[in-house]
Order: sequence, then structure tokens, then C-alpha cells
Amino acid sequence: MEWAVFLVFAVAALAGSGGVVMARKPVHAALSLVLTLFCVAVFFVLQGAHFLAAVQVIVYAGAIVILFLFVIMLLGIDQEDVLDEPLPAQRPLAIAVGVALFAGLLLVAKILQPTGATASRGSATQGDVANVERVARSLFTDFLWPFEITSALLVIAVVGAVVLARRGGSGRLLDEEEHVGAGSDAGPEAALEHPGARGVPEESA
Amino acid sequence: MNVPGAWYLTIAALMFCIGAIGLLVRRNALVMFMCVELMLNAVNLTFVTYARMLDDIGGQVFVFFTLVVAAAEVVIGLALIVSIFRRRQGATADDVSLLRG
Repeated sequence: MEWAVFLVFAVAALAGSGGVVMARKPVHAALSLVLTLFCVAVFFVLQGAHFLAAVQVIVYAGAIVILFLFVIMLLGIDQEDVLDEPLPAQRPLAIAVGVALFAGLLLVAKILQPTGATASRGSATQGDVANVERVARSLFTDFLWPFEITSALLVIAVVGAVVLARRGGSGRLLDEEEHVGAGSDAGPEAALEHPGARGVPEESA
Repeated sequence: MNVPGAWYLTIAALMFCIGAIGLLVRRNALVMFMCVELMLNAVNLTFVTYARMLDDIGGQVFVFFTLVVAAAEVVIGLALIVSIFRRRQGATADDVSLLRG
């Protein structure tokens, strides 16, 4: 039974990751990503990591992919990607690098030997304690300080995203670079968007 | 636990390599970013598999932290992509060549 579930979702996971790479439209790539992330959540359940499976579905498939879809919608880049290569050698080289990477990973997994030492953070399967409780016990004792740091990291990320994506904020540098480069793009709206850029001397005059 | 861990590790390695190939081949910045997420998830699967094989809960706790960092990374990365590509048509990474010598 477990083999059947594993094989079905393994095929689905690989098909989904192939879809991310080969889909012509970004929206299709995002949906393939959802499929792959869900299959990985199933693998987590099969291996007893119930808490991580729930977090995987909620955070990854729920929040992150939705964020991707929002950005696709916001930028309006749902047209098909140009798949022809300016550099003819790039695609075979990339595939060769990928195959070499896979061979290297297999080699590492082959020669890697576990020491057989007992777990320092507590067992993952022994006893009748639920998985969520095990993770919580380790998280709030051994990893309490890193756990608190992650809250600071999330706050910094939120502030950074607001600052970066705000119009006329510190994104101004990028926008003005754009105006210099494009030239014709800088119309009256651009002047309205950045009143500080040229408004100050006029006011004093 | 019927399925041996080596199978999960193989699937994870394949996912990681597919993500790496996609990162090298694709030119759309958003799809490249999705490939990075794919590689991160393959690593998470490896962590959980080794947590089971070595019977250590620390691997699962590390995946939790990886998820948090991945969420923060996606937020910042997408904000950068939005602020860079707001005024362009596509989101091709080749267009961003300001630092070219």
C-alpha cells in the first residue's frame, strides 16, 4: 500500500517538476509547482512528519504559490515565453551540468556513512509521542533562540517587501534608472510620481 | 515504513537536478525563482528522509526553519522582481544588464 502511494506520487512529483521547467506560460509553471509541493507533502506524511506536511501545504502551496500568481497577474506576463536560445550551447551544457550534479549527489549518498550515534535532539519515531509534540519539544527547548530570531527575520522581510514594492519609495532609484535608459518612457506621470526630484528648485524660484 | 529511504533520496536528488537545469535554461525571472523553490523543496525532502533514517527529530526542526527562510526569501525576491520589471513587458532576466561592463 505504501509502495503504491509512493510510486504514484513520485511520478506526479517528477512530472510536476518537469512541468515547472518546461511550461511555456508562467501560470502553468506555478500550477505544476503546486502539484510538486503537494506531492512532497505526501512524502512527508509517509515518513511520519505530519506537522511539516501541514505546514508545507499551508505555507508553500497556500501562501507562496499564491504570491507567485499575484505577481504574474500584477506584472501581466502571462504571455508565452520565448523558448529559443540566444546562446546555442546553453541548453545542452545546462543538461550536462544537471546530469553531473545528479551523479555527484548519488556518489555522495553512496559513500556517506552514518556514524550510528544516538540522536542528540530526541528520536523521530520511537515511543508513542505524536510528531507535533516531538517537533514542538525540540523547537522550544534546543532551538528556542533560533525560533525567536525567525520572528525578527519575518518582520524584516515584510518591511523590506513594503519598501521595495512601494511606488516612489526607495524603488525610485530603479525607476529613474529606467527613465534615463528608456527616455521616451518618462512622461508627465513620471514627474507626478516623483515630485521631489524636480519640484524643489521650482518652488524656491 | 516499507519504502526504503534511498528511494526518497533519489526522488529528492532528481527534483533538485531538474530545478537546477530549469534555473540554467529558463530566462523568465519568475520561472527561475520557481525552480529555486523546487530545489529548496528537494532539500527539505532529503532532510526529512534522513531524519527518519537516522531517527533524529533535528532534521524535521531544520526543515521548519528552512520553510521560514524560504517564505522570507520569496517575499523579498518577488518584491525585487516587481520593482524591476514593473515598467517592462516581459520578465526576462537577460534584460537586466545594468552591471554589464
